[in-house]
Amino acid sequence: MSEEQIKNLEAQFEARIARDEKIEPKDWMPEKYRKTHIRQMSQHAHSEVVGMLPEGNWITRAPSLRRKVALLAKIQDEAGHGLYLYSACETLGVSRDELYDQLHSGKAKYSSIFNYPTITWADMGAIGWLVDGAAIINQVPLCNTSYGPYARAMIRVCKEESFHQRQGYEIMIKLAQGTPEQKEMAQDALNRWWWPSLMMLGPTDDVSVHTAQSMKWKLKRKSNDDLRQQFIDQTVPQAELIGLTIPDSDLKWNEEKGSYDFGEIDWDEFWQVVKGHGPCNKERMNARVSAWEEGEWVRDAAMAYAEKQKERKEKQAV
Amino acid sequence: MGTKNWPLWEVFVRSKNGLEHRHCGSLHATDAEMALENARDVYTRRNEGVSIWVVESKNITASNPDNNGELFEPAQDKVYRHPTFYDLPDEVKHM
Amino acid sequence: MKSKNLYKYILGIADNSLILGQRMGELCGHGPSLETDIACTNISLDLFGQVRSYYQYAAKIAGDNRTEDDIAMLRKEREYVNVLLVEQPNTNFAYTMARQFLFDAYHLLFLQELEKSNDLTLSAIATKSIKEASYHQRFSSDWIKRLGDGTEESHQKMQEAINGLWTYTDELFHQTEADKAMVEQGVGVDVTKLKEVYYKQVGQILEGATLEIPESKWFQKGGKQGIHTEHLGYLLSDLQYMQRTYPNMSW
Repeated sequence: MSEEQIKNLEAQFEARIARDEKIEPKDWMPEKYRKTHIRQMSQHAHSEVVGMLPEGNWITRAPSLRRKVALLAKIQDEAGHGLYLYSACETLGVSRDELYDQLHSGKAKYSSIFNYPTITWADMGAIGWLVDGAAIINQVPLCNTSYGPYARAMIRVCKEESFHQRQGYEIMIKLAQGTPEQKEMAQDALNRWWWPSLMMLGPTDDVSVHTAQSMKWKLKRKSNDDLRQQFIDQTVPQAELIGLTIPDSDLKWNEEKGSYDFGEIDWDEFWQVVKGHGPCNKERMNARVSAWEEGEWVRDAAMAYAEKQKERKEKQAV
Repeated sequence: MGTKNWPLWEVFVRSKNGLEHRHCGSLHATDAEMALENARDVYTRRNEGVSIWVVESKNITASNPDNNGELFEPAQDKVYRHPTFYDLPDEVKHM
Repeated sequence: MKSKNLYKYILGIADNSLILGQRMGELCGHGPSLETDIACTNISLDLFGQVRSYYQYAAKIAGDNRTEDDIAMLRKEREYVNVLLVEQPNTNFAYTMARQFLFDAYHLLFLQELEKSNDLTLSAIATKSIKEASYHQRFSSDWIKRLGDGTEESHQKMQEAINGLWTYTDELFHQTEADKAMVEQGVGVDVTKLKEVYYKQVGQILEGATLEIPESKWFQKGGKQGIHTEHLGYLLSDLQYMQRTYPNMSW
């Protein structure tokens, strides 16, 4: 194809997206669109799968059977969501195994929030309430993104995640209404998870590199700063309602702009964790890599068995 | 032994009798039985189905979107296939 | 207490599901593929669902204001009466599936009999659980076949797991005093009668999976009397951690 022809196709392609048409796997698409989508969807999938680990810590130690089944079901959903998103990636011609390789070799990123440790039960509450809360803000607009398989996966994800945040907030309510010890546990978790949750919505708009292109392709509907503001505005009253204090002395309602002003985010910490030096980056990656490596003989065996069965059937048919 | 990837399967779920099976996603499995089991666990955790079909993705033949013009556009102007094409007096209420 | 034997009898059933559910829960996020993770979590969730029904009933029988969680998490190690089989660790995926399979084969036979109990609550729990246990058995038997008849490596690993766990199978068919009393009243299941069918069914699957049926006749016992392997203590320290560290709180 000549350069002009490609330019022409690209113009048509952008026009389709602007008209709110969906792009499907076999449609022509610019290479950059394909690559950007693989990157974003796989990052998202990796985040779901790595995200199972910090919460997985507490399955065996959940304080009641009711909490245990809710947590298990939530983490199981995360595995499901990882699976939906990897599948969406596969429609663009990259296999799940390749994507795993990228994760395990450190080439691919996942949400940095999962590199923080879960050290008390209240962290299960804080993750559900804050981390899932921030994730939902990011994800709901994606149900309408331009790439069909991604949009469909996100519709499923959002539908299923609706209980996740409630699950977490309910844990926090119970703690906040409990004994002083429990309340302290809840406040401590909020103190530790608040700032990383704000960071989770991404760097500020002035340094964010992908935003303009992503907006055009509907991979992003609002800027990081807008999303962060939305998250803060909706979360602060939820904290107040249960008597917990947001750990930000600069936080105050700004009547004029109709939203909260908030303090400086420690972006050095953010970049430290993104670059692989957070408290649990190594642990998370080791856990994923060893699950994958220790599972290899199992996956090979299942494949070998299926092939043998197929051969046997074919022989019988002769 | 070199690692072989588990093949990809497409999953179709009938949400209740009387409705068609609908494509709901895909997954990996070594054979049809495993694909069915995995589909049950992955796609019907919330009571979403009464019947599941699985088919290995490589067995699906899809039309090429480059041919969409010749495949689908000729149907666009065949308005006489739709009831609104025909003029009836207002007195005829149901037809 | 209305019936000490009934209470003990319920714990005998429920503890198996509790401990096995806990073991399966440990694996979440660490399995060989996302699909198996999701499947194993489903099994764990089914088992915990059963556990809650049993303990809620046991709490009612006990009538001393204890809740399902008190019963599940606040007994001493010697008071847990699960069989030794279910507390064995997730040494590798072969052990996990072998443990599941050796339990499922028993569990399904047991529930089919429990459904006939003249205790309506137990019978109803059994009816619901049978469907779950049938699926578990199908799932774990399939994995026995895949790993037994897969590669040389998987065959060896699965044979090792079966050999290692075989010694815990006989205990499934031991009767406790509570068992005997409940059988007499038409409430309980006579597990001694399940033994023959169990070994026959298990043997068939193992043979189909090209695995050898272990010849050893040396069996371990004690779980039903609360004398466990060393593994249980560690499992309980996780299970009970919150309830022990923060007593009398609600979560």
